[in-house]
Amino acid sequence: MGRIVLKGVRKAFGDVEVIPPLDLEIEDGEFVVFVGPSGCGKSTLLRLIAGLEDVSSGDIEIDERNVSTVSPAKRGLAMVFQSYALYPHMSVRKNIAFPLRMSKMDKAEQDKRIAHAASILNLTDYLERRPGQLSGGQRQRVAIGRAIVREPAAFLFDEPLSNLDAALRHGMRVEIGELHKDLATTMIYVTHDQIEAMTMADKIVVLRAGYIEQVGSPLELYHKPRNLFVAGFIGSPTMNLFEGATAAEHGAHTIGVRPEHLVPSKTEGLWKGRVGLSEHLGSDTFLHIHDTGLTETITVRAGGDIDLHHNDTVYLTPEADKIHRFDAQGLRIA
Amino acid sequence: MARAITTQKKVMWTALAWAFGLAIFFPILWTFLTSFKTEATAIADPPVWFLFDWTTENYTAVQERSNYPKALMNSIIIAVGSTLLGILIAVPAAWAMAFVPGRRTKDVLLWMLSTKMLPAVGVLYPLVLLAKWLGVMDSRILLVVVLMLINLPIIVWMLYTYFREIPGEILEAARMDGASLSSEILYVLTPMAVPGIASTILLNIILAWNEAFWTILLTTVNAAPLTAFIASFSAPEGLFYAKLSAASMLAIAPILVMGWFSQKQLVRGLTFGAVK
Repeated sequence: MGRIVLKGVRKAFGDVEVIPPLDLEIEDGEFVVFVGPSGCGKSTLLRLIAGLEDVSSGDIEIDERNVSTVSPAKRGLAMVFQSYALYPHMSVRKNIAFPLRMSKMDKAEQDKRIAHAASILNLTDYLERRPGQLSGGQRQRVAIGRAIVREPAAFLFDEPLSNLDAALRHGMRVEIGELHKDLATTMIYVTHDQIEAMTMADKIVVLRAGYIEQVGSPLELYHKPRNLFVAGFIGSPTMNLFEGATAAEHGAHTIGVRPEHLVPSKTEGLWKGRVGLSEHLGSDTFLHIHDTGLTETITVRAGGDIDLHHNDTVYLTPEADKIHRFDAQGLRIA
Repeated sequence: MARAITTQKKVMWTALAWAFGLAIFFPILWTFLTSFKTEATAIADPPVWFLFDWTTENYTAVQERSNYPKALMNSIIIAVGSTLLGILIAVPAAWAMAFVPGRRTKDVLLWMLSTKMLPAVGVLYPLVLLAKWLGVMDSRILLVVVLMLINLPIIVWMLYTYFREIPGEILEAARMDGASLSSEILYVLTPMAVPGIASTILLNIILAWNEAFWTILLTTVNAAPLTAFIASFSAPEGLFYAKLSAASMLAIAPILVMGWFSQKQLVRGLTFGAVK
């Protein structure tokens, strides 16, 4: 079981309040991603749950038990760190065994669990190696193995993939996702990468300056961002935002249109502009449109074989039902 | 573009480097040679290089004239004792500074180092008075304490840099893995810090062994280590170059041997942190 509830959790370092009082419920078995720009307090929040930082006030409950003052070792959580944090002087086997050794588990059970974790993570052939002799991806798997063997109430991941190269990152993302499906254990995952958040999460928690901006499923966040910050943060390339007369026409202070919801045309359309840079990804083309008189650059996501070139004139039309409206405070207008 | 290194240039630089290295090594070589000469040959002008009657009489004379074993024993006790005492104090200090730094940690470290900039002679008088008052002049314990204090800033600094290299996340991982503070220190921190602690010990034994200001000024007979032993051969009744050289060789031999064997460890220790 791993139901985690935060009640009025607040954290201050000296006079600086990094997390204002905050409430959050994480259901058992959920994959929750904390996402936000750097310095938004997502890692701090994770460390508060882990017990590596003490809460300044408020309560953290794990399965109905208040653990706010319980040491990290006794919270029954396992954590995977960004730097992997493997013990360099121990073999892979000893690294994975370490938490079991600390809990004084009997040797036979230890060996069984290590063998099981190693087979899940394809580490069986590397058990006698030192972390220094492994690749980044393998190290990350050892760190995950060390977490799995404890059979924790929840896994905490602190930006676990940011030290890996792009190809490996994608592979590990899939592996962690599948691991979650297999283990059905609560996972809390911190990242600044909204693509990781969108692809992995059951529930995303968007944070800014310690405040929760929105909690919801990836598609909820994509389709109904609660405010301008979430609108700009979720989605890649980012949403185009327009103010002034264009927005006023829709009865809003600001309107937002995602690049994929703008239809480009060579002949007719609502807004006229000039093609700047086109980024060809094969399946898609990202067009950067200038000189529309609306905003400096409009990004359009078009098909892979679109026939538009530098300095061509282009017309854009937003899909009518895909326009997001925001008021002067930046909040969504329903 | 690769840099073009001609053979000619290579030879030139190699020769230059060797010349420089030999120039630095020369005093030790000369001391070594002189220690096997008679007093007359030792001061011969022009100097004799290798073609003289090699004799070990200086070594015998030095042993007879003074108590080498006692001086050696004093050196060992003072060097090892002051280093271990320093480590005992510095480990917790460096630990705290590296892992739970406060707002003033950096200032404290710099302040500690600044004490090394104070001319030692500036505190000579008060220290002698204090030692006399406590009745510990010419005692090993006095030198152990004084040398420990002299080298403590360096020990703390060295350990601090080593500990800083140990990522805090690894300690946090141990905490998450259920390790108590004692297991964390025993199974994770100490094994990782061993190379650093070892090279700190080595370097400080060498520093304490070679320390000549306090060891000569605060001792007369009982606690006199090898530095004082060498100094006693530049006596007012005349310089005995050959015997002085023999005494010097005897004094530096142990530390030279130790340095030779721990070379790798020392270099690793001193460059630790320089490369990621």
